[in-house]
Amino acid sequence: MPTPTTPMTIRRCNRRTVLGYGAAGLAAALLPGEALALTDAQARALIQRAVDDVNVAISSGKTGPALYAMFERIFQKYADVNVIARSALGVAARQASPAQMAAFTQAFQGYLSRKYGKRFREFIGARFTIEGARPIKTFYEVKTTAILKGQAPFEVLWQVSDRSGADKFFNLIVEGVNMLASERTEIGAMLDRRRGNIDLLIQDLKTAG
Amino acid sequence: MEVVTKGSFVKRNGSPDVRGRNARAVSRGAAASVICALGLALAGCGPAPRASGINDPYEASNRQTHDFNKSVDSALFRSSEPSSNGQGPVGHALENVGSNLSLPGKVLNSLLQGRPEPAIKNTFRFFINSTLGLGGLFDPAGTSFSLPETDTDFGETLHVWGVPEGSYLELPFVGPSTERDALGMVVDIVINPLGALDPDERAAAFALRMGGKIAKRQRYSTTVDSILYGSADSYAQSRLLYLQNRRFELNGEETTNANAYDPYDDPALQ
Repeated sequence: MPTPTTPMTIRRCNRRTVLGYGAAGLAAALLPGEALALTDAQARALIQRAVDDVNVAISSGKTGPALYAMFERIFQKYADVNVIARSALGVAARQASPAQMAAFTQAFQGYLSRKYGKRFREFIGARFTIEGARPIKTFYEVKTTAILKGQAPFEVLWQVSDRSGADKFFNLIVEGVNMLASERTEIGAMLDRRRGNIDLLIQDLKTAG
Repeated sequence: MEVVTKGSFVKRNGSPDVRGRNARAVSRGAAASVICALGLALAGCGPAPRASGINDPYEASNRQTHDFNKSVDSALFRSSEPSSNGQGPVGHALENVGSNLSLPGKVLNSLLQGRPEPAIKNTFRFFINSTLGLGGLFDPAGTSFSLPETDTDFGETLHVWGVPEGSYLELPFVGPSTERDALGMVVDIVINPLGALDPDERAAAFALRMGGKIAKRQRYSTTVDSILYGSADSYAQSRLLYLQNRRFELNGEETTNANAYDPYDDPALQ
């Protein structure tokens, strides 16, 4: 596997990196049984389709709620909303009843689509290209570059798994900022504000974002 | 702070100003050699390892500063109408000029980090945008010459020299930072090559850079607003975003088998 060096992070001593990759290679050689059901090609194909849809949405010329709705459909189609919701709720997910979990997931999906739909404006004019994919644990991380005119290109990583039963992405990392971590902080704070009451949190989520 | 002492020199016959300039040049040179010596001493250690988690022992006072910053931000940028990422041509040009003026400092830092490539690129960028780009109003280097800005600062230089991140800090008016980045900011003010300009020019450059930052705040208004005013805990959210993004800038992407979070295998969720 080639070492992913970007020109902006030239490291003077990358002994650790080299050792790390060596160790990873050794582990891969020793553990042939830990095969991934998902393949590199499938992970890339999923993100390629998602990115194509994103590019279509951007070039559609739609703005405001119409664009957010397109984004919401992309999200529903390609993301594993269940696991994102469960992870955002954190340990509280264990205490939630199945009915509460279902209601929370539903409300969370709307919240996330509104929130990221609004932020999506910053990607208007951007073009995404796929750089590559690499296996991590039981999932794949697909690296894309977003190119915005007149700005330094920036990196968006999509983590893809098939453990929901279908190939879906479950996390997005934009320039190091991790959606799962960010949403866990946010939902945790919302739950604290309601003193741990999940039903009230669900009510709040319906209008948040 | 230097702006104040410089302004006090009287330009009547020229000599005090020249003397002051020489003294400044000497002190600037001394500061630079101390920094270089420090750099050489630390450079052997290699960059600081990637920090993880949140180290925030000053959370109580940081939260007070955060509330203060939010009130400043809402007084300056929150109008009654709903915000949009509205940045007109003036704001865009102002942001360009401001970032163009930040380039000499970035070149210096890249050199201190032992990274000639971004130093050369930013130097070309500075000359192209200062001339063809009419003093940085436009960005032909980025649009026609594929020379986007490579961002850096003295905080990164300290990181390259092996200085650890330190505690999280929220600075008045500035926002999220760390002990290392706060120190870096102070040093950046001292070593900025623009400091060699005349006081008037320097004040103008400073004003333009501040204007550029304000224009940038407006360009990202939707996102900044959603974090500051749309989050249940805007302090925790901006702290997390800052630390994640900063570590990414300094260390690059680093999802490994060891540190990757896999929600499908999280025992806390089962």
